[in-house]
Amino acid sequence: MSKPRTLFEKIWDKHVVMQEGNNPSVLYIDLHLVHEVTSPQAFQGLRDKGLTVRRPDKTIATMDHSIPTTPIGQPITDKIAAAQIRQMERNCQEFGVRLFDMDSENRGIVHVIGPEHGLTQPGMTIVCGDSHTSTHGAFGALAFGIGTSEVEHVMATQTLLQRKPKTMEIRVNGKLKPGVTSKDIILAIIAKNGVAGGTGYVFEYTGEAIRSLSMEERMTICNMSIEGGARAGMIAPDETTFEYIKGKPHAPKGAEWDAAVEYWKSLPTDEGAEYDALVELNADDLTPMITYGTHPGMGMPIAGTVPAPADVPVGERFTLEKALTYMDVEGGKPLLGKEIDVVFLGSCTNSRITDLRAAADLIKGHKVSDSVRFMVVPGSQKVKIQAEKEGLDKIFMEAGADWRTAGCSMCIAMNGDQLAPGEYAISTSNRNFEGRQGKGGRTFLASPLTAVASAITGKVTDVRDMMEG
Amino acid sequence: MEEFKQLNAKVVAIETTDIDTDQIIPAIFLKTTTKVGLGKNLFSHWRYNEDGSPKEDFIINTPEAEGAEILLAGDNFGCGSSREHAPWALMDYGFKAIVSTSFADIFRNNSLKNGLLPVIVDEETHAQLMSLAMEDPNLHLSIDLESQTLNLPDGRKVEFPIDAFSKTCMLEGIDQLGYLQKQLDKIEAFEADYGNRVDTLTPA
Repeated sequence: MSKPRTLFEKIWDKHVVMQEGNNPSVLYIDLHLVHEVTSPQAFQGLRDKGLTVRRPDKTIATMDHSIPTTPIGQPITDKIAAAQIRQMERNCQEFGVRLFDMDSENRGIVHVIGPEHGLTQPGMTIVCGDSHTSTHGAFGALAFGIGTSEVEHVMATQTLLQRKPKTMEIRVNGKLKPGVTSKDIILAIIAKNGVAGGTGYVFEYTGEAIRSLSMEERMTICNMSIEGGARAGMIAPDETTFEYIKGKPHAPKGAEWDAAVEYWKSLPTDEGAEYDALVELNADDLTPMITYGTHPGMGMPIAGTVPAPADVPVGERFTLEKALTYMDVEGGKPLLGKEIDVVFLGSCTNSRITDLRAAADLIKGHKVSDSVRFMVVPGSQKVKIQAEKEGLDKIFMEAGADWRTAGCSMCIAMNGDQLAPGEYAISTSNRNFEGRQGKGGRTFLASPLTAVASAITGKVTDVRDMMEG
Repeated sequence: MEEFKQLNAKVVAIETTDIDTDQIIPAIFLKTTTKVGLGKNLFSHWRYNEDGSPKEDFIINTPEAEGAEILLAGDNFGCGSSREHAPWALMDYGFKAIVSTSFADIFRNNSLKNGLLPVIVDEETHAQLMSLAMEDPNLHLSIDLESQTLNLPDGRKVEFPIDAFSKTCMLEGIDQLGYLQKQLDKIEAFEADYGNRVDTLTPA
């Protein structure tokens, strides 16, 4: 009988091409996702060395970071962004990489389109020059972000040099209460475990609460693994996973489907397999979460009070003081009722169809507060088309929200969708770093439900009050 | 990539912990298609006012910081986005080594592939270095990669960890891609037994 192994170990073992002495392993990559911002220098590196993209059949490209979210066909007014997009088109053509370009109905945020095309499948190794590649781990894949040098390595060899990370089980017991979402689970994990708690680890999320989540809710959790310091976060595949993949354009079909499912069923962690660390929390105890500071670990229950610098260990005081000054919020005080200027519903964390449905369901019959600019940015053009088919766009627009085309938009604020200095936003995205959503802008991270509730009142709002009322 | 053997250089200290790559180089500067010229926008939001004038109280803008090649920073340096523009910006500015108690995984990997040395020290050494840097704006440290030591002004030598493979690459200025290319026959043999799971080129 072989030694019991974790989900991570099974995938790792299957993809190690070779490993010499104390050198890192050569790890085979099944799918390489490419976008316009972290790839130009890698393509140039290939060109300079006379190399090709070795396996274009395992590579797919899209444009998401620097593109506008204005209607398709309008010219791109940012000349530098336009040049980067043109360069992407040229690079993909020259190297034979399939590109979902600006006009494509398949275009979208790279971590939204992989799953929706059925390219993301259990047991795969998936990389992208983007830290939120961890999203794809929701399918029981080993997926992680890489730098541009590594993008070039994968393009040239379909492999990467990697040291085997440690594993951390994050067990979420119990059941979520109404108004509490998977976004609140991951914000609570990061608040508990810290932004560096996962450094050197791959997370595997387990437990009853995780099992009962839909695929899109699982993606929200895995997406933010990197905010907890882990390059990858995974969830073992199950019937929910298979159901989601079935019938997607690149999903296996016929006899291949049966063989694939049989293999996928062998992936979950064996009984008796050991993780290097364990973090445990109970979903029953969770409430909606919100961040108050300038990294995703500075989070708290929405009805809580912001910690005062005097209440935290000496080593964290300087950074907390700096964060509270930047955010202009006071330690020891609550955030509930604080006026906000912008609500952003979007990003690879929370922009999928079920996020939009939940948000539309809550805003229906309400109006966005006069003092709030509410931007809704679908994660992909397919999500946008589906939402419009269901009439969600009309619900948002009737409420006074701005309905956009797909892209990363205000999550990274490269494309002109951004906060003005001093503005407060509630965002469903993943990072509240200083200036992340525009220089001087201030971000509170929260779930789509909290975002909508706050858009209606114009203030930081506990969605549970609205649901009870 | 340039060789990194020894470095004796001036230190500039930023006490903040969890300095993310959005601070190191804000996303607005990632529209470039080259690696050069990012140094002028290193720490841009912290370094410049709205009108583009330098913020005089930010350490990098002080005359004492001029010529510094070692950055001493708080714990978990380089967290957040995977952008390799962060080490490119640090190096383009002139930094050759970063000293902290820990680094985010992706940033550390990216740095080692560009010849920027991440030096990990224990908390006590870090605290000592921070207070030395606050007292002496002209603090110099020397680093010897071969022996993996950081030499403090009081003569104390502190060892720092680095894996042997990355160390060799740094010492000899070797691009890690070369190592992978040498294994192409093994990669091909691996693929032969592997089957093709997903084909992105098939229209679907």
